[in-house]
Amino acid sequence: MPLLRIEGVAKSFGNFRAVDQLSLDIRAGEFFALLGPSGCGKTTLLRMLAGFETADEGRILLGGSDIAQVLPHERPVNMMFQNYALFPHLSVRDNIAFGLRRAGMARRDIATRVAEMVALVKLEGLEKRKPDQLSGGQRQRVALARSLARRPQVLLLDEPLAALDKKLRESTQGELMELQRRLGMTFIIVTHDQEEAMTMAGRIGVMDAGRLVQVATPRNLYEAPASRWIAEFVGDINLFNGQIAARENGRLTVSTAEAGALAVSELWPPVTKEMVSVGIRPEKVKLSRRAPASDAGASQTINRLEGVVTDVNYLGGVTSYRVKLETGAVVRSSMANTARLDVDAYLAGQRVVAWFTADDCLVLEQ
Amino acid sequence: MAHSATRLTRFNMTSLALGLAFLYLPIVILVIYSFNASRLVTVWGGWSLRWYHEFFSDRAMLDAAWMSLSVAAVSATLATLLGTLAAVGLARGERFRGRALFSGMLYSPLVMPEVISGLSLLLLFVALNAERGFWTVTIAHTTLTMCFVTVVVQSRLATLDRSLEEAAMDLGCDPVRAFLLVTLPLIVPAIVAGWMLAFTLSLDDVVIASFTTGPGSATLPIRIYSEVRLGVKPEINAICTLVIALIAVIIVVASFASKLSSARGESAAPL
Repeated sequence: MPLLRIEGVAKSFGNFRAVDQLSLDIRAGEFFALLGPSGCGKTTLLRMLAGFETADEGRILLGGSDIAQVLPHERPVNMMFQNYALFPHLSVRDNIAFGLRRAGMARRDIATRVAEMVALVKLEGLEKRKPDQLSGGQRQRVALARSLARRPQVLLLDEPLAALDKKLRESTQGELMELQRRLGMTFIIVTHDQEEAMTMAGRIGVMDAGRLVQVATPRNLYEAPASRWIAEFVGDINLFNGQIAARENGRLTVSTAEAGALAVSELWPPVTKEMVSVGIRPEKVKLSRRAPASDAGASQTINRLEGVVTDVNYLGGVTSYRVKLETGAVVRSSMANTARLDVDAYLAGQRVVAWFTADDCLVLEQ
Repeated sequence: MAHSATRLTRFNMTSLALGLAFLYLPIVILVIYSFNASRLVTVWGGWSLRWYHEFFSDRAMLDAAWMSLSVAAVSATLATLLGTLAAVGLARGERFRGRALFSGMLYSPLVMPEVISGLSLLLLFVALNAERGFWTVTIAHTTLTMCFVTVVVQSRLATLDRSLEEAAMDLGCDPVRAFLLVTLPLIVPAIVAGWMLAFTLSLDDVVIASFTTGPGSATLPIRIYSEVRLGVKPEINAICTLVIALIAVIIVVASFASKLSSARGESAAPL
């Protein structure tokens, strides 16, 4: 039995179906991310878990009992709000102690727990400050400490890092993961930032238009997206539309207008439609000056596309190239800058061969 | 010219002085003439506290002042209570049937000519056969000033983040306690401002009070008005000066109090 089971939950606002017949299981101790574009229903789902919205249909089982109709203050669940929602009239200490006082904890135990929480989020010495005397990062920590203080069975985090700058966001991601491991608590985070979801979460649920379209580990989500929409939403991808021309031994040949015939390894489950898209991630497209020699002994089949480099963007760790094929289609390639000196760099206008293996291709239904 | 915006130019100085003079010169003259020894209002006869003496021995005038202050205090308190509840209902309540009608009717005293409100209240009290006096004026002033409280409190509530109440509920408060522990402390300055507004509105109302008051229970403005019709006595100046002083003290205390509450380092949370 999972810690949290969401069964056929639906929620509409007027005619707008925010969450549509959604089911999901979350295990105890898991770091789960809900990822999706804005308006996909991920925040509504989180608010239903917190109790701020009531589900029109379905059940939400926490530890086996249905909490779908339980009021927010009676749920063993706490939420960290996107804008932190710190009480401006209370000090850091009183903000953290707020939930403990409501739980009727003894004064001495409250003091101990608050001190523990303050140490956990490294806010020592700031206990008497008011929220408006804190920096954005400090406020984020107070909000975290406040939501953790009651030791909820599940902690819900609504875009917890959206208001922080990039450097702080990255270090806070690490701290959140470390904290979650140490406390062994179940975290459910809502985010629209796929990098954030992939960095922190063990599993990611991708939502689109109120439905859960795929639940997978970060790696599977990226390398084996369940649909063309997910492939485009998560990361960059080159897509070529075409038709399956041949199918043998798990190897497909897809004839495309833009990139000719492409050899593609078939995924499981196999595609059932004839019209497909072949997807290839930019970092899996290599460039070379001459066509790489076909290695007859290897099982790999290589696709080669000739073209001219049109754009070179040096980004530090990687350089991304745009290669224009003779058909006019553009292939994007990104190559790691593994050496400091640019002996391998290509220049705009240069003729190159963009190549990738059949195993690196994704075949997706259109 | 980089810092010209922060400096007072001659033009700015002049217009500021003229503006202040326009607003405060009549009051200054009134205050000065309240210390006039002469029996004639417009003739200066030297400094004296004579008219203050006169006022403090004028039983009828003192009664009227006491009546006005107690009507203002009671009606402002009632209006603040009801007005705050209305504001909370409008800003936070579920969308109930007739919400638009309720908010429209709530604000009608803002635009309704006072003569009409006063007359309709008079007709109501007569129909109810209510004896006119302290309570009828108080009720009339409550209905007049409540909408001002609602406007002030509602605008404060509108700027307040709803997720604060949600956070309170998330941390174990039922909706009532979330309101009392989080929302209420944050809207207290608006409630205090609303009370003061209601108090001063009640204090200077003549029209509605004259419709709803009865014999022997005149408020200060009515009393002054009826005296002035027989010719302005310098005593009136003295009374007005005292009222101005009272209001000035209230404003100064209120602004100190609000500064103090925001500067207070740490709050010992109740419970």
